[in-house]
Amino acid sequence: MLRFVLRRLAWAIPTLFLVTFLVYVALRIGTNPVESYKRINPRATPAKIQQYIEVNGLDPNYVRGYFRWLVNFVTLDWPRSIKGSREVWPQLKDALANTLRLGAAAIAVGIFFGLMLGVYAALRPGGRRDVGVNTAAFIGISIPPYVSAILLQLLFAVYWSRWFGSTLFPTSGVYPPGHTGFDLWLMLKHMVLPVSVVAIQIIAVYARYMRSSLLDVLSSEYMRTARSKGISERRVLFKHGLRNALIPVVTIAALDVGSIVGGLIITENIFSYPGMGKYFLSSFGEGDFPLLMPWMVIIVASVLLFNLLADVSYAWLDPRIRLE
Amino acid sequence: MLPTVSPRRMAFDRFVSHKAAVVSVFILAVLVAFVALSPLTARYGVNEAVQAPPNYFLSPRANAWLGTDDIGRDLYSRLIYGVRVSLIIGLFSAIISVAIGCLIGSVAGFRGGRFDDVVMRVTDLFLAFPFLVTLLVMRSMLGAISWLTPVIGELSSVRFIIVLFAIFGWMGVARIVRGQVLALKEREFIEAARAVGASRWYIVRRHLLPNSIGPIMVALTFSVVSAIIGESTLAFFGYGPQAGDGATSLGILVGQAKGAVNTGFWWLALFPCLTLVTIALTINFIGDALRDATDPRMQKDG
Repeated sequence: MLRFVLRRLAWAIPTLFLVTFLVYVALRIGTNPVESYKRINPRATPAKIQQYIEVNGLDPNYVRGYFRWLVNFVTLDWPRSIKGSREVWPQLKDALANTLRLGAAAIAVGIFFGLMLGVYAALRPGGRRDVGVNTAAFIGISIPPYVSAILLQLLFAVYWSRWFGSTLFPTSGVYPPGHTGFDLWLMLKHMVLPVSVVAIQIIAVYARYMRSSLLDVLSSEYMRTARSKGISERRVLFKHGLRNALIPVVTIAALDVGSIVGGLIITENIFSYPGMGKYFLSSFGEGDFPLLMPWMVIIVASVLLFNLLADVSYAWLDPRIRLE
Repeated sequence: MLPTVSPRRMAFDRFVSHKAAVVSVFILAVLVAFVALSPLTARYGVNEAVQAPPNYFLSPRANAWLGTDDIGRDLYSRLIYGVRVSLIIGLFSAIISVAIGCLIGSVAGFRGGRFDDVVMRVTDLFLAFPFLVTLLVMRSMLGAISWLTPVIGELSSVRFIIVLFAIFGWMGVARIVRGQVLALKEREFIEAARAVGASRWYIVRRHLLPNSIGPIMVALTFSVVSAIIGESTLAFFGYGPQAGDGATSLGILVGQAKGAVNTGFWWLALFPCLTLVTIALTINFIGDALRDATDPRMQKDG
């Protein structure tokens, strides 16, 4: 087991370098960092520009520039943002915390209800509730998140107060404007709508996964064996059925958690939620290279890390899979 | 004597038994007819105001069935023009990405080895990333390479969007085709073909691809949907196509909805969103039915 993990790690680390290098090249070609710097700071002196090129590793030679950037990044000598020359980490940290909170809530709600619905549908395949869950999940998958977000916003930002005289759920931000300090209740209220938008998708996807996975398991030979041993139906279902059906679902969940950090861009943008998505869109729009690169590293690292976790969990949960 | 039923006929019967798909085909046909006959069905030009000012933000009424936008243009007519652009983007980028995906997927599955490893690793990585980030970064990169511009068009042209989604979309298709080829490769008829000396390319062309036509069709329908949704996502954030002379796309219309929400112009949000969902849902249903129809082992009830 340990050898397997180590071997996957040994593969993941070079991949991390390779992918960040590709991202570095893509961003340099696509956003032209030096030009964006001059655009945002039109009165910068040549010495300033030269310093900006130095600290960001924007050498004309991509390979040399990348290593220059890498050394600064690893030694935590991060350059400041091009607009307002702010420090990067405090912003990035806040954005990451907000996104993780939103993502964790949405994933927890989404996977829980998704799995419940999937099991509920699979117990009577072809029955009325199976068809109902299946159709609902299909519609849920087909609705892009910004459509549900816009419609929810329309309902709650405008019409709810018009019809009922009071706002039920706020539709933007983490706190009302001007609020300072921590307030759990207010925060939760602000999270209801963005979480529902993301959770709808997750519920739909997992209901389908769980249903088909459980159906696969239920029709397998060892289920018949378990029944023929005279174990109660309940025990057959929970001990043999669900546990095995969850194996592929866990793997997929690990992959999804890895992509959630960058996957909330649309929802965060619509609800003005100050997370990783808003951070990316604003810094990408300005071509703010010093802000973008650390963001990209976090995204790449989380994708690779959870890919690794998915592999490991799969091998660990299903002993039939050999680790070689 | 028993009546014989051809496999094609059986597939057709299975497709027809999927009621939602039949309804979807009908709805989609009506939609396509409306779009194709846009000179007849649209009531106003793309940039034509419905009446003299004040004409902005009119709610639905007789001379503007679905209301008007911020500068008095008819939403109903603009939806027709917008769907036209979106369908073109969806269809063309899906066809290109399916063609590339079939080629690379079948070669990877058939040859295996190093090529297979590299291609699958790359696609895995690409697909694991948040697709909007990948699209935006790739878009800005392709747009900045000046010698590509004559081939793939300006950053905001429809051609550019099609190329972008073709480059992005082939990976999912390649994965599906590769899986199918891996499954078929070991079958007796392929072995027989190889035994009589058929070349690799011949086997791919005559045996592997025709036998994968089901999954390929399914992949095609899903690529159409993902390109249409992808286009509207890009347009929603202001990175979409600017199709010629102020023409529009479904994404641009949905993007306008964002500004209309807080002011309560519900028609600007509701109708474009409904159109987008209708298109996505109907094509998805058709794809689902095609999968059931062409792959009898994957019956709905396990």
